[in-house]
Amino acid sequence: MTVPWLTITAVLPLLGAVALALLPRRAALAPKAALGLSVLALVVGVAGALTDYDPDASGFQLEEQHEWIPSLGAWYSLGVDGIGLTLVLLTLVLTPVVILASWHDGDTGRWSSNAFFAWMLALEGLAVGVFAATDVFLFYVLFEATLIPIYFLIGGFGGVRRSYAAVKFLLVSLFGGLLMLASVVGLYTVSNGAGGPTYLLEDLARIDIDQTTGRLLFLGFFIAFAVKAPMFPVHTWLPDAAQAATPGTSVMLVSVLDKIGTFGMIRFCLGLFPEASQWASPVVIVLAVVSVLYGAILAIGQDDMRRLIAYTSVSHFGFIVLGIFVLTPQGGAGSTLYMFNHGLSTAALFLVTGMLIQRHRSALISDYGGVQKAAPVLAGMFLVAGLSSLSLPGLSPFVSEILVLVGTFRESVVAAVFAVLGMVLAALYILIMYQRTMNGPARASAATTPDLGLRERLVLSPLLVLIVLLGFFPQLLLDVINPAVEATLDQVGVSDPTPDVPVTAEEVP
Amino acid sequence: MSQLAVRVIPLASGEVGVPVVPAEADGLLSLVWLVVALPALGAAVLLLGGRRTDPWGHLFGCAMPIGSFVVGLAAFAQLLGRDAEERQVRQALWTWLEVGDWQAEFALLLDPLSMLFVLLICGVGSLIHVYSVGYMAHDANRRRFFGQLNLFVTAMLVLVLADDYLGVFLGWEGVGLASYLLIGFWAHKDSAATAAKKAFIVNRVGDLGMSLAVMLMVATFGTSSFAGVSAAMPDASEGTATALGLLLLLAACGKSAQVPLQSWLLDAMEGPTPVSALIHAATMVTAGVYLVVRSSFVYAFTPTAETAVVVVGLVTLLVGAIIGCAKDDIKKALAGSTMSQIGYMMLAAGIGPAGYAFAIFHLLTHGFFKAGMFLGAGSVMHATDDDVDMRHYGALRTAMPVTFATFAVGYLAIIGFPPFSGFFSKDRIIEAAFGEGWIYGTGALIGAGITAFYMTRVMLLTFLGSKRWRDGVHPHESPRVMTTPLIVLAVLSLVGGVLILGGWITGWLEPVTGPEEPHDLFVSPLVLTGIITLVVLGGVAIGWFTYGAGRTIADYPPANVRFATRAARADLFGDALNEAVFMRPGQQLTKALLFVDDKIVDGFVNGLAALVGGSSGAARRAQTGFVRTYALTMLGGALITVVATLAVTLT
Repeated sequence: MTVPWLTITAVLPLLGAVALALLPRRAALAPKAALGLSVLALVVGVAGALTDYDPDASGFQLEEQHEWIPSLGAWYSLGVDGIGLTLVLLTLVLTPVVILASWHDGDTGRWSSNAFFAWMLALEGLAVGVFAATDVFLFYVLFEATLIPIYFLIGGFGGVRRSYAAVKFLLVSLFGGLLMLASVVGLYTVSNGAGGPTYLLEDLARIDIDQTTGRLLFLGFFIAFAVKAPMFPVHTWLPDAAQAATPGTSVMLVSVLDKIGTFGMIRFCLGLFPEASQWASPVVIVLAVVSVLYGAILAIGQDDMRRLIAYTSVSHFGFIVLGIFVLTPQGGAGSTLYMFNHGLSTAALFLVTGMLIQRHRSALISDYGGVQKAAPVLAGMFLVAGLSSLSLPGLSPFVSEILVLVGTFRESVVAAVFAVLGMVLAALYILIMYQRTMNGPARASAATTPDLGLRERLVLSPLLVLIVLLGFFPQLLLDVINPAVEATLDQVGVSDPTPDVPVTAEEVP
Repeated sequence: MSQLAVRVIPLASGEVGVPVVPAEADGLLSLVWLVVALPALGAAVLLLGGRRTDPWGHLFGCAMPIGSFVVGLAAFAQLLGRDAEERQVRQALWTWLEVGDWQAEFALLLDPLSMLFVLLICGVGSLIHVYSVGYMAHDANRRRFFGQLNLFVTAMLVLVLADDYLGVFLGWEGVGLASYLLIGFWAHKDSAATAAKKAFIVNRVGDLGMSLAVMLMVATFGTSSFAGVSAAMPDASEGTATALGLLLLLAACGKSAQVPLQSWLLDAMEGPTPVSALIHAATMVTAGVYLVVRSSFVYAFTPTAETAVVVVGLVTLLVGAIIGCAKDDIKKALAGSTMSQIGYMMLAAGIGPAGYAFAIFHLLTHGFFKAGMFLGAGSVMHATDDDVDMRHYGALRTAMPVTFATFAVGYLAIIGFPPFSGFFSKDRIIEAAFGEGWIYGTGALIGAGITAFYMTRVMLLTFLGSKRWRDGVHPHESPRVMTTPLIVLAVLSLVGGVLILGGWITGWLEPVTGPEEPHDLFVSPLVLTGIITLVVLGGVAIGWFTYGAGRTIADYPPANVRFATRAARADLFGDALNEAVFMRPGQQLTKALLFVDDKIVDGFVNGLAALVGGSSGAARRAQTGFVRTYALTMLGGALITVVATLAVTLT
């Protein structure tokens, strides 16, 4: 009997969420239970990947399929390829870290601590489902459903402008969702016309969609994903959300949920609408490069650390989208790896700044100075997190960034030359923030900053260890990612670029 | 003279690129990974170990590079015992990344070029570690200092031992990080923190060249390894070669503080003096020269890029020398001198096979004498309560005899006084420059004269003349742990010239750079040497009559000076230019985009939200009391829409 690994992994946290909501309101219990469940989910997910997933095979694995709404052609269908598996693992790794980091964040919200951790677990379960869904209808329902927990997490447990931020996030997301809905409905019509309704990805991928319909349906999906990612010019909900949310919520939002946008671009835009993807790619490449530079420049101008990190993400998502739409092996694999690495790096940044902010009740860079002297461990971990964000070689984001850039260069030299400027801008936004908070003479308040406690070190250590490890051994993930990217590019129908002057075997013994 | 004018444009067509074809490392040479691993271990233990490693951290930190040096010496003995064509070995460690047709391995390449660097980095590096035991004795964070020095040594070794441009990039930015950390070691000072950040960012501008070069290599050859690129280079177009050459030059300019990316080096003197000696004189700043020499197989196919390298070198050697003349801060005077000397190396490297070996030769001798002089400056600062103003020194000769004597050896070496090491190495570069074209030769010759002038000035202001010590300063000789490295470096500065005896270094490097090309001179080499020595003596004489000869030195630099002096004091307006061209427009752009994002783009996004909400005030109204009801209604609405749409399709 095959084990339904993905269902177990997704349902465990969902059941945990329900249980937490029903438990008596004893604050001490909620974080422990949530942590235990999320670690269990991680163990199950990793066990499934190790036992039943073959990294060399292409196509979906760990598959489960049950008929759901026959008249619609909707299936409860799960499965992952290397891309989906990478993101499922990212979700499973980050959730326990976030729960441990948010240990006391549930105490001061609108609702009880139970509610906070219940929503967290619900979010984890839904995110796993989204990344594993191989049925468009199931994907859409889960995609919209993830809005609910994140809405309550921001609106119920955030800071000053939380209501504004939560509603803005929700409305803008719903706008994207409605466009996607239109496309989902359109797909029904298309598949119905082609011999019977189906929402299964594998069936849809075989249907020949006519050019105009394909392009329109593509746009519906793409815009929804661009809002989610977020890309310029539909990004401004993110800084507001990050500013208002707790650090843990920001991590779940930016490191996990936003990845649904870029994941969706690969899975649905490229996978279902190859022709339209190639048609749109010049425009998307331009928007991506604009995102890279625009996000970075705005990050430089921020005084609020949380907004700053949000803008760096706009820049990083620009790189990810760029790598996806240049349609080269290095671009695609780089982007997928980028999603994972950005998840780690941004999580570390949000959490370490969160620890700093929590100490002094201010998120403004201008309120700090000289913290390093009093809190060297905090400063050290902040620096490593920052260096990963600026893609220092030796840390994992470098590998993905250079892959995206190499992949881009082979498609468009101009795009690569502009995008690479993001490297210099990244050094600016990170090092300016680091200098102004950590270096210089210690401000009166900063002089007494307590250094990181044991729990906080436990939160950051796994992230930083992974960042260093994958900086030197990225092939651990790339071996899983490569076949899926190759399969996707085959589906799009592009051939790999070849070197102008290939090195022949006899030249290099 | 007519035949010289023809050679102003280098004729690279006759050159052949030397491909990199290493054999597998075996026997003792398979221990080469230890050279990198030891300091890496040191950095990890000292930086992660925390306070509990404080009592023995500095000793552990010294042991690691010394261990690497011993392994390096053993490897050197092995290579010496082999035939020239078997001196290139490679040790593959693991596959770094493999995507599509591009595969990059973690592998170490030990050949005559990287071997010399290993010895320089570990040898001079160990001496500077030992010196730091004394120099940093009173610093509460000495253990962290040694951890970061070990980190630097690791990264620098990766830089020179990597066999792939991607691996070079790892070391390249790694040394940049170490440099950032060590310039900002006393980051509680704003000036140190700002200098550190500036160094990193200016270097990142140079690194754009490195990243783009890697991209271009992969696009053109499907690989970024030395072996692959050097093998396929002959089939590439000259345009590709030129692009690669210029991109690598951009990277080299950043790391080696060459014009136009020179501005960070003077500020970098904010770091502790051993750092200035190791990173900002002897090793890291010479990485650009390494990169150009290593990429000889690229430059062989692009006369244009070679000319660019030569011009950058020539301009920088003059700019650095001029800046060196105007600084009262002893470290900044030496830093200007470093720029200038690296300019000489660049000039030589740009000449091609006729100059590669001399670039590396000068790089080594400079490593000895400049590290020695920086450590000497540190010894002086140690004795004067960290005063760096040479106007506050004077007559330190008697108070610090060892420091004086070793500094004097360095002085004689850098100005190129026979038979000190710098005499041989600089002489060969100027000669090669004349062989390349009279304009280069003349520039290099003038540079030698200016060098003699400003170094004489440093010497006179610091060690000779009258005492100008501040109140409460009682100069004393430094402890043995500091003077011993000074003595070793002085000896090396004295005898370093032996490397050229019988053409040893040119022969040694031949497997990497190709055979030395003969060049035509307008006079015999001996006469040219005479001319150079005369120019140097002229510089010394001018220095003597300006700052020696019983003249009194004012406490403050004179204010009413010519434009040239003001320009030199302001680093020839390098910072002013950066501010006017990049910084201020950049700040304005940031401000403008902040406005656009807030008022226009956000307005657009709120418009989308309003569209969904069916009211223009949706997002704004969110701040009022009935937010939740409203938002939930929205979500409910969306779900109803889903259901409704489904219902329609079903029928």
